[in-house]
Amino acid sequence: MNATFALWAGSLALISALLVVTRASVVHALIWLLVTLLSLSASFFALGASFAGAAQILIYAGAILAVFVFVVMTVDASPKALEQERARLGRAWVPPALVAALVLVPLFAWRGAPGADTAAPMGAAVSATDLGMLLFGPWAAVVEIASGLLLAALMGARHLGRRGKPEGRG
Amino acid sequence: MTEDSFTALMLLSTALFVVGLFGVLARRSILIQLLSLEVALAGPSLAFITAGARHADAGGQAMFVMILILAAAEVALGLALYLRLRRTADGTDSDSLSSLRH
Repeated sequence: MNATFALWAGSLALISALLVVTRASVVHALIWLLVTLLSLSASFFALGASFAGAAQILIYAGAILAVFVFVVMTVDASPKALEQERARLGRAWVPPALVAALVLVPLFAWRGAPGADTAAPMGAAVSATDLGMLLFGPWAAVVEIASGLLLAALMGARHLGRRGKPEGRG
Repeated sequence: MTEDSFTALMLLSTALFVVGLFGVLARRSILIQLLSLEVALAGPSLAFITAGARHADAGGQAMFVMILILAAAEVALGLALYLRLRRTADGTDSDSLSSLRH
């Protein structure tokens, strides 16, 4: 467990996240999101959460981003569309930035946990075995609910993605 | 992990969430708003993993798995809705969907 490396990788994720939300082209935003997710996964590995790091690479960067790539093929990427997108962002970024900054305000009141020994090391790596024992033991109902959510999403996506009238039967 | 680096990692995860929130609010393109939602979900997952490592508890990683499932369901439904709606509305401007009519 190396918190310094985790912090470095997390800062990399933050910088690339800023680039994700400011790029005009969807493809560029997608590539920077990939950088964000991979550096977050490095941060997870450094924190001793090896299962989460591997799942981040395999499912997030591998599967979820691949779905985005299929949809990106349908987007208009002509120079005119990019110019319009850039103009929209240039006009309207100040009020959202102020709202987002308001979320950060309570953090300036942070003074650290009372009576905490700031130099003492703490924490330990959590193995995938412990995670499995938790998920398929006390958290089994949570796993069932999550599988129901995935099934509902699958049926909804199939229903919405079908050609023809979405409200029709059959 | 010292208390200071724990605090710094928590601040970092808040900043990641705020960046994603900014993206959802500031962008008009529906696809980039969905990408910003993914960034916003990355913040809480870093917070859960950090807290799980700090207390040596598997619950942090278990919550990360739940966030992963939520993100997968959200992306599947969001992209299906996007493909459906761009036949009737302008996909680069979410304001064109404000009346929810054809």
